[in-house]
Amino acid sequence: MGLKRWIDAWPVYRQLTGTDPLGRGKAAQSPRSAALGSRTESADRMVHSVCPYCAVGCAQRVYVKDERVIQIEGNPDSPISRGRLCPKGSASKQLVTGPQREEHVLYRPPCGTQWQRLDLETAMDMVADRVLDARRKGWQDTDEEGRTLRRTMGLASLGGAALDNEENYLIKKLFTALGALQIENQARI
Amino acid sequence: MGSNMAEAHPVGFQWVIEAKARGAKVIHIDPRFTRTSAHADQHVTIRAGTDIAFLGGVINHILGHDLDFREYVRAYTNASFLVNERFQDTEDLDGLFSGYDPHTAAYDASSWSYAGVTAQERPGDHAKETSEPYRHGAKGPFVEEGPGEMEADPTLEHPRCVFQVLKRHFARYTPEMVERICGVPQELFLDVCRAWTANSGRERTTALVYSVGWTQHSVGAQYIRAGSIVQLLLGNIGRPGGGIYALRGHASIQGSTDVPTLFNLLPGYLPMPDVAHEDLAGYLDTVRGPREKGFWGDADAYMVSLLKEYWGEAATAENDYCFDYMPRMNGDHGTYRTVMDMNDGKVFGYFLLGQNPAVGSAHGRLQRLGMANLDWLVVRDLAMIESASFWKDAPEVETGEIATERCRTEVFFFPAASHVEKAGTFTQTQRMLQWRDQAVAPSGDQRSELWFFYQLGLRLKERLAGSTDERDRPVQDLAWDYETEGDEPSASDVLRHMNGIDLRTGRTVDGYFDLKADGSTACGCWIYSGVYAGETNQARRRTPHTRTGPYDAEWGWTWPLNRRVLYNRASADPDGQPWSERKKLVWWDAEAGEWTGHDTPDFERTKPPHYQPAEGASGPDALSGSDAFIMMRDGKAWLFAPAGLADGPLPTHYEPHESPMRNLLYGQQANPVRKVYGRPDNPSNPAPPEAHGEVFPYVFTAARLTEHHTAGAMSRQLPYLAELQPALFVEVSPELAQERDLRHLEWAHVITSRTAVDARVVVTDRMAPLRVDDRVVHQVWMPYHWGTTGLTTGDVVNDLIGVVADPNVFIQESKVLTCDVRPGRRPRGPALLEYVADYRRRAGITPETGTRIATAGGHTERAHIESHDRPEDAS
Repeated sequence: MGLKRWIDAWPVYRQLTGTDPLGRGKAAQSPRSAALGSRTESADRMVHSVCPYCAVGCAQRVYVKDERVIQIEGNPDSPISRGRLCPKGSASKQLVTGPQREEHVLYRPPCGTQWQRLDLETAMDMVADRVLDARRKGWQDTDEEGRTLRRTMGLASLGGAALDNEENYLIKKLFTALGALQIENQARI
Repeated sequence: MGSNMAEAHPVGFQWVIEAKARGAKVIHIDPRFTRTSAHADQHVTIRAGTDIAFLGGVINHILGHDLDFREYVRAYTNASFLVNERFQDTEDLDGLFSGYDPHTAAYDASSWSYAGVTAQERPGDHAKETSEPYRHGAKGPFVEEGPGEMEADPTLEHPRCVFQVLKRHFARYTPEMVERICGVPQELFLDVCRAWTANSGRERTTALVYSVGWTQHSVGAQYIRAGSIVQLLLGNIGRPGGGIYALRGHASIQGSTDVPTLFNLLPGYLPMPDVAHEDLAGYLDTVRGPREKGFWGDADAYMVSLLKEYWGEAATAENDYCFDYMPRMNGDHGTYRTVMDMNDGKVFGYFLLGQNPAVGSAHGRLQRLGMANLDWLVVRDLAMIESASFWKDAPEVETGEIATERCRTEVFFFPAASHVEKAGTFTQTQRMLQWRDQAVAPSGDQRSELWFFYQLGLRLKERLAGSTDERDRPVQDLAWDYETEGDEPSASDVLRHMNGIDLRTGRTVDGYFDLKADGSTACGCWIYSGVYAGETNQARRRTPHTRTGPYDAEWGWTWPLNRRVLYNRASADPDGQPWSERKKLVWWDAEAGEWTGHDTPDFERTKPPHYQPAEGASGPDALSGSDAFIMMRDGKAWLFAPAGLADGPLPTHYEPHESPMRNLLYGQQANPVRKVYGRPDNPSNPAPPEAHGEVFPYVFTAARLTEHHTAGAMSRQLPYLAELQPALFVEVSPELAQERDLRHLEWAHVITSRTAVDARVVVTDRMAPLRVDDRVVHQVWMPYHWGTTGLTTGDVVNDLIGVVADPNVFIQESKVLTCDVRPGRRPRGPALLEYVADYRRRAGITPETGTRIATAGGHTERAHIESHDRPEDAS
């Protein structure tokens, strides 16, 4: 090791002669910490998103590596949030990657005491059959004065405030075509 | 008021802090000293449920001292219009307005109309559920026969003009009365009045923020009306730095109102058809009047374009564009009504889509028992939630009310895709749509709602393809042919169709002014028209705020037409010039002959400020150059609402449904048209003039924490958040702790006539006892995020709350009720039921308690209890 490198390895020397007089940055780095990089640097891509919690609409940057989310951060470009996220928004990586996420369709038969696995396609077919059954059982053509109702009161839905506009649009459209009126969400609460 | 912004909308609160740093004064009026209060210049402790008394006091202060922004008020509000001679105020009728029918507990609003205007409400059509505001969409009811026929007094001195009616109505809301009702000392109240009025006018504006602390009341809509009246009198609407901010609590709750998953609305606030609508023409006649002003005049184009988007080729002029395919409403079909119908065995299947009512809705018990009485339930969520697992872990399993082996509800749990696993738009609280790109694909069976409903729709169409039943034609003919990416529809193609498409060219339209009523355009949501202008996804724009002007017009897209401030015509004076240089936003450029400025003008671009409409004009053409409130049928902001509200044309202080106090202003105790559901499974605590209120002597209110999210499904499962707020707690004042022997960090339980819940005690002077009238009122506060699953568990606070609702919008009163608090834990198992039953016995509670809602002088009391067969079930 030459003298110059030996002196440069001395943090106090770097602090006194370099651009870090307070010794809180480069002057205090060891070779190991100098070699550290942020997770985001190694990401394959960054994708623009929006925080899924409250309605402020803070912008998020989602970093993906090997088709997995490795980091979610605030986006400083946003005129709404200027890069900030609250504790919930900052925890969104746990929200989307945590072990609490269910991955399989679960089914509880009438009077059952346990969840069972069910194939997605089978479950979709079963739900379609049940929708038609409930629709039929709750169907009303007219009211007592003979005025058109053309509806079913046999099925209902709750939810939408956590969903996308495009999803709410299809939900309302499909239920309306089925004659189902009792379609509600958190905005009523 | 009614908002703990620093806690519930922390990142938005940075702008309040920034304004404060620039010299703005921040006032927080709330029952509790909160994280918001800690940053405010002044905190005012108020008794929960008395905000209208406070705001009424502010209105009285403004009018009594001539502090209104008179030129603004005269030009842009209905202050000068004369009110019908038959109108009688709460001053005359002991807290009721004219037209009240105690039998139906509803108003005939015909006497509230403007003078010289044919009343629209049909006399005799009193039934609360068939004549009321939820039926109007956002358009409101008719108010006039045509422009220029209104009787008005520009001097604002006629005793029947709105301005004078307002003055008389609020005259008794004096500082003394505010002190006695709200528990706010007069000097403190007057400080707020002085700060608010001094900071409003030509040179300055004041912003008002509220959240569900205002909406979740039996007079919720009138809270907001009261705030609006203050802001209009002071000229704070449509101007920079002014406005009323409704801070909403879910990523797309604004979107799910605009593109509604709500029973009474179609996209863009068009009303859902009801039994009175026989055909499209009849429907449109109730949406737009023949000679009225404003942009609802083009409702035919919006509705026909929606029908074309729904039913495509099948919708033709000859078949009324399939209007007859629409189901019709004839009453309250809101979520609480539905849950009661579940309990009564009238609902068979239920979908829960990212919502957890077992924890998040009022009266969680009623929700869970209702779900236990279904044929089937579909739950779609990111993680397991209490609403899916109620059959094995609900509190009612412990009490023996739900027996797992006998609960016949078939439950399907579908794992959902998260916000990074699908593309689409959220609409945030200021009406801004922001597009999210998909980051990664979901795993296993996780799917988006877009996938689920598209696939369900395909299956239903397939099953009904051969049907000859007339009722199946809406499904057979449904346009369900969006572009797909794999087996999922393309979200951007769905957004294109919501924006609107010119069917002749196949290209997107540029805005709602391009929509036609002749079937040549299809548009799923007319207010979102423009979000895909020029075949470009405008919601995906992300020009950094450092590179755009103060209104950041190139970040996302705000409805309507990327306008950031609604009614911004009012930021200029009647001549079209800014009220002041400091507060300029849009103005008339006479040379160019158009409106210009920093925001998209909320006005027809080339209509001059002094424009007068031609005789017989209607719709947008009927708006004069100073009719700034372009969606209103008279072009004016309504200080007095001549129609459209179920509970009166002016806000009036009523005590909450459950209150420790008699109303000090009127004989009428609480909202005389509030919606009560008198049922054995939905008891109320007694309130004056009923006896035994002392059994539940304290005022209860609940709210959010920063570190958890509503019903907890997105927070109680996360290690970071569960660690930050690890347990349910109840905040009480040191004085109440002493009165009830409650010790800091030890257990206590809170009791209402519905149930009792456990929590750790936090003794804090954030909760201050209030001196109200001649007594001390204690308030109790709890966060409500807990349930039986997750890394942190606790009792469901919403189980304490019964269901009583605002009559305009059917939102429950969950921000104020009464309770008792006792040290130690609540009884467990069946003993809990007996414990609460004993409270009900001591308070003399029956299903009739709280349902004798007319208490003003002279009215015979009548209980509004639910008979077993309600009239609407007769069909």
